[in-house]
Amino acid sequence: MPEPRTIVAPQFDDAAQQQETSMLGMWVFLATEVMFFGGLFASYTMYRALYAQAFAAASHHLDIVLGTLNTAVLLTSSLTMALAVRSAQVGARRTTATLLVVTMLLGLAFLGIKGVEYYQKYVDHLVPGPSFSFSGANRHDAEMFFYLYFVMTGLHALHMIAGVGVMSVLTILTVRGRFTPAYYNPLEIGGLYWHFVDIVWIFLFPLLYLIGHHT
Amino acid sequence: MTNAEPVLKLPRENYLNANYGIKSWLLTTDHKRIALLYLVSVTLFFVLGGIYAGLIRLELLTPYGHFVSDESYNKLFTMHGLIMIFFFLIPSIPAVLGNFMLPMMIGARDLAFPRINLASWYIYILGGIFTLTAAVTGGVDTGWTFYTPYSSTYSNTHVITMAAGVFITGFSSIFTGLNFIVTTHKMRVPGLTWFRLPLFVWSIYATSLIMVLGTPVLAISLSLIGLERLFHVGVFNPAMGGDPILFQHLFWFYSHPAVYIMILPAMGVVSEVIPCFARRKIFGYHFVAFSSLAIAVLGFLVWGHHMFVSGQSIYAGMVFSILSFLVAIPSAIKVFNWTATLYKGSVIYRTPMLYSLGFIGLFTIGGLTGLFLATLGIDVHVHDTYFVIAHFHYIMVGGAVMGYMSGLHYWWPKITGRLYPEGWGRLAALIIFIGFNLTFFPQFVLGYLGMPRRYHTYPPEFQVFNVMSSAGASILGIGYLLPLIYLLWSLRYGRVAGPNPWAATGLEWQTTSPPPTDNFSETPAVSDEPYNYYDMEPVPHA
Amino acid sequence: MTTHIVPVRTYVAVFVALLVLLAATVAVNFVSLGELNVLAAMVIAVCKMCLVMLFFMHVRYSGRLIWIYVCIGFYWLAILIALTLGDVLTRAWLRP
Repeated sequence: MPEPRTIVAPQFDDAAQQQETSMLGMWVFLATEVMFFGGLFASYTMYRALYAQAFAAASHHLDIVLGTLNTAVLLTSSLTMALAVRSAQVGARRTTATLLVVTMLLGLAFLGIKGVEYYQKYVDHLVPGPSFSFSGANRHDAEMFFYLYFVMTGLHALHMIAGVGVMSVLTILTVRGRFTPAYYNPLEIGGLYWHFVDIVWIFLFPLLYLIGHHT
Repeated sequence: MTNAEPVLKLPRENYLNANYGIKSWLLTTDHKRIALLYLVSVTLFFVLGGIYAGLIRLELLTPYGHFVSDESYNKLFTMHGLIMIFFFLIPSIPAVLGNFMLPMMIGARDLAFPRINLASWYIYILGGIFTLTAAVTGGVDTGWTFYTPYSSTYSNTHVITMAAGVFITGFSSIFTGLNFIVTTHKMRVPGLTWFRLPLFVWSIYATSLIMVLGTPVLAISLSLIGLERLFHVGVFNPAMGGDPILFQHLFWFYSHPAVYIMILPAMGVVSEVIPCFARRKIFGYHFVAFSSLAIAVLGFLVWGHHMFVSGQSIYAGMVFSILSFLVAIPSAIKVFNWTATLYKGSVIYRTPMLYSLGFIGLFTIGGLTGLFLATLGIDVHVHDTYFVIAHFHYIMVGGAVMGYMSGLHYWWPKITGRLYPEGWGRLAALIIFIGFNLTFFPQFVLGYLGMPRRYHTYPPEFQVFNVMSSAGASILGIGYLLPLIYLLWSLRYGRVAGPNPWAATGLEWQTTSPPPTDNFSETPAVSDEPYNYYDMEPVPHA
Repeated sequence: MTTHIVPVRTYVAVFVALLVLLAATVAVNFVSLGELNVLAAMVIAVCKMCLVMLFFMHVRYSGRLIWIYVCIGFYWLAILIALTLGDVLTRAWLRP
């Protein structure tokens, strides 16, 4: 099968301009995502500063093993994503597709583990709302912690789901031979998005799971 | 040499007649057609927002207002604010004039991401549908500011629908800003360095920075309100240890820079129009360019001046007060530079110039009264009074809307190929100027005397000023109706404009009016400094 | 288009470093450092973020424009958090 030509959209002068433009576009988009999550991080920072002890007590109810495991899963998925982009750079189509699928599976694993954690919280009556029950002095402040936990990890999970969707599209395009060493923009910018979602979790993990000293 | 002017004809093939049919408009990726889609949409929303304003002023004719109930009045000012801000002011100049002119000013064939541009419009329309749904199913009464805990817990109106509408429209803003930023960085023709760009591009770029960095925080604050209403738990609920002031921080972190989204593009228009109709290079190009960036950056540091009496720490209040004084400086620098451009210029009083001159005066008044409000001690007394309302209407209507009208008239020939009737243009500008001042100047007095905002009843001694204001509003309404009529009229009967009816500088005037779909028949090259008006012929006589 | 191709070795080395930092951040949590626990956790998180950004996201091989936009996001987030905290933490300073 002949190598596909790199298609340059009509508003661009050449492929290089197209590539640089799409990269800058994704980075600007990631800056907006930083601000989107940022509102939640600002809220978290404020309440943690005000209710430090309650937050620490509440945090101890999170499963540190699952949290660490999930972090490792995501870090691995970032590795496989970076390797997938690299495979496209050197024209190794099958390897690219395989690595993308592995990345997706790791992402789904992350979501699965998250689901298990959410279910555990539900069973333990730690979901904010009428069924919330927390034994300890600062019931309301602990409820605030769990509210932030669910909203922040929930928003993160939504972004993961979108990321898995993006990965599946990229996988299909790879298998169809859409990418060459001369043109792999969508893979690169998809990778940037995936790594960003990983970075959000890199901050969520210590802020939510590792508050206060664990014995 | 005879007095006969060359007979101008519309170009045979241009972006308007390149394709026919509704699909060619609704599925277009041409930035110029998308600009027109926005033009129609924002005009419709302006009319709707204006109707709400008319109802408010009707109610305020009498002190013990019987025209609408308390609850209905709350809905009127809420819908007026939401529609005017999110569906008119924020998109108007960027999405209409910016969309049309930015690629042309940098010599590009289109924006960096044309399909995202079209998506932005559809997202805007979707947000508009949610908003109209909220409006017709009973409206919202929280004020456009959605303050908690009323919006998150106590209000019985369609807050979630409305918040969803604003949330969705916010993404239209974000994608437009993203498109403009990337386009400006990556798609300039050879030779067009940053300091050869028209100042309108600098303004749009600075505006886009704000759109991209601020709007997401609005999105998350509205999401948090939605969650709190749905699940009855949340970060703003004092019963759960939450702080309603947190909402105000998150909300104003966007909404203050949002006012710079609304004014910066208008300043960009003025920076184009003044040099053209004074036939002089702009004074202090670099100062104006850097001031645009400075406004964008400093504008993010002042949001707490909306919260002086909210319960915010007094120390935070003092910091925000000082920073608010600082942010006035770049705006003042621009006013000085525009004024210096006029000095010893050959001023020609065409309609765009009338609006831009009006802008300078009215924006200055609005901006100076902003300094009064930034002064913590004064704000304690005039916060939540008509003084604030007068202040921001001077900026938003006397500034931003006049800037929009200036740009619309200035670039109308380029967009449509036709000239609007100059006599009617000047008359409308005059009526608008008079109507505007009659509407809003009395409100400064009312606010100073103590009339609170968002109340539809007031002490009888305030009635004189309220009647003046309402009378002004009806004049203003007539003023806005005129351009609607004569601009539409000009589409069919206006004189053909030719490529450069104003003898202006700038790449957009180097192509036909209307332009071809690809903007330029050959990619232009730039080697001159901008605004080189000393080399240009004078503006042709009408 | 001349985008730098990063060797597999580099990616794997970065990955190993990330796992080491993950272990470190969990381990530190079991040591009581009081106020410093938060700081340590954040420093480690920032290191992990920098590794991901510089190598996996190719920022190390990117031009100045990308660096600027990377920094812009964080600078603006810092403004939001700093000034909000500035209010919240100083409310108690002045009690009538």
